[in-house]
Amino acid sequence: MSAVSSHRKPPRVGDNTVFRRTLIGIVVVLVGFVIVAPLIIIGVEAFSKGWAVYRDTILHPDTRHAIMLTVLAALIAVPVNTAFGIAAAWAITKFDFWGRRFLLVVIEIPFSVSPIVAGVAYLFVYGLQGLFGPVLDAYGIKILFAVPGIIIASMFVTAPFVARELIPLMQAQGRDLEEASTSLGASGFRTFFSVTLPNVKWALLYGVILCNARVMGEFGAVSVVSGNIRGQTNTLPLHIELLYHDYQAAGAFASASILALIAVLTIIAKVALERQGAGRVRKTASPAEKTA
Amino acid sequence: MKIRLENVVKTFDTFRAVKGVSLDIESGELVALLGPSGSGKTTILRMVAGLEYADGGAIYFGDQDATDIPVRDRGVGFVFQHYALFPHMTVTQNIAFGMKVSKVKRDKAAIDARVTDLLRLVRLDGLGDRFPAQISGGQRQRVALARALSVDPKVLLLDEPFGALDANVRHDLRRWLREIHSELGITTIFVTHDQEEALDLADRVVILKDGQIVQQGTPQQVCRDPQSAFVMKFLGDANVLSAQVRDGRAHAGSISVDALGIPDGKAELYARPADLDWSAQAPGIAATISRVLDRPDSRRVLAVTETGKQLEFDVEPERHVSAGESGFVTLRRAKVFAV
Repeated sequence: MSAVSSHRKPPRVGDNTVFRRTLIGIVVVLVGFVIVAPLIIIGVEAFSKGWAVYRDTILHPDTRHAIMLTVLAALIAVPVNTAFGIAAAWAITKFDFWGRRFLLVVIEIPFSVSPIVAGVAYLFVYGLQGLFGPVLDAYGIKILFAVPGIIIASMFVTAPFVARELIPLMQAQGRDLEEASTSLGASGFRTFFSVTLPNVKWALLYGVILCNARVMGEFGAVSVVSGNIRGQTNTLPLHIELLYHDYQAAGAFASASILALIAVLTIIAKVALERQGAGRVRKTASPAEKTA
Repeated sequence: MKIRLENVVKTFDTFRAVKGVSLDIESGELVALLGPSGSGKTTILRMVAGLEYADGGAIYFGDQDATDIPVRDRGVGFVFQHYALFPHMTVTQNIAFGMKVSKVKRDKAAIDARVTDLLRLVRLDGLGDRFPAQISGGQRQRVALARALSVDPKVLLLDEPFGALDANVRHDLRRWLREIHSELGITTIFVTHDQEEALDLADRVVILKDGQIVQQGTPQQVCRDPQSAFVMKFLGDANVLSAQVRDGRAHAGSISVDALGIPDGKAELYARPADLDWSAQAPGIAATISRVLDRPDSRRVLAVTETGKQLEFDVEPERHVSAGESGFVTLRRAKVFAV
């Protein structure tokens, strides 16, 4: 024993068995209670009344409409925000202009503001008593308590996602590549599509996936502006809440299982992308060391 | 293509980076813009390229006023310090890029043939399918040069082309760039803060300080006849002694040198390490050797004078000198500048 212990090296930071097990234990318990248990409950409760009830809930016109509406919101909000994010990141990182820092801060606002505040703010901008309300009403344009309101609210909440992924990367890449491309005679569009975009595609896809997940799961802002009209302005998250308050626990969980499924697929896609991105970095980095 | 800069000015926010620079560059000339960081040399190069616009003055390419021609249409080849190769394209694709996006349409066979020629010119045959990350720094810089040459530029501009490379590679690439230049005869301007590089490579060296040209000329002219203390110090190691000028001679302690044209009064005497020598006997400046540094082609001696002044000079490799020895520093030649 004494021989063994005298050969043992003194523990480095975190090598102590008790310390290590305690840390791992805390993490496992927390993950179990906070993340895994609720996910399992969703699965279990969704099928608690059997497969038939689950199927009926999913196929119910209101649920189907909620799914369609959620997908529609994502189909519009995600591309718009992607375009916005690319434009904002491109402007902020490749050009100097007055108000650049201000724009950077403005983009962050949706992250720091509670979605419910955003929803209420929209009430005062587009609502009947709001800023543009009378004008919109006069032309018969209905934004609040209708699909446009849901899409606008979703867009507000998810506006920063793509830009936030792109800006640090594009800042690190600098302007050399664009300058090289332009000096070789390429147009702005050509430079963007042939040089800038290929170098940020993984970050862009990552931002799009996160943006999509957030749009589909958005509750706070949408709940204020949608008016919760069943079969008309109910998105999937709102539908779940409605079912739950109607004491249709199984139905609520069945709908929730769809959102949970989307979330899991998002994470899988995210991990796959990260692998791709990381693999690319490793692939390009290692031969350079050899030949350098 | 002849390049002419006329009183070019550039200000960033409140910092005046370039303060009225005028410069004529002959067709086919290889010119170095040499200066410490912040001297405006890169800004001048970027203005010639069109990557920055001048706030004042004009830039002519031949007889054409190019001041407001955007970089895209200016027809320059620009080589960036950190290569700026497109990382997602192979070497071949990088070199072909300029020809593909050009307004002048070329068919695929012509592009391929030109890429092959350029690869041979920069001695990278067989590496066309590699990605930039898969080749060494020196090879990347050669790809960057091939890419810049692919569009038949009127002028080739290089921003600290060898700054990111290690000493041996740098040395080889310098010689090689000189060969390429004589082969192609293209007007070339490059920026460097390394005086050795500028002197090695350029037909003419333009020395800049604080956004202005302080001296220009052939390497021989600027080396043999520096016109200011700044140029003297910037081009290489120099010992500085304070001196008094009386009737055309500068006196520093017990030594004196010619100082024609320098007004009487206080002055500074500059001497290169090779301009000084060591002697056991007077006359000279009495000094004690504090250290001897051995170098491949000479011995560098650090000595301290009686007044506590540090002097550095070189002696032949065979010479026996050692720390602690006392003797006299003699002067072969020196430059005197009024203070």
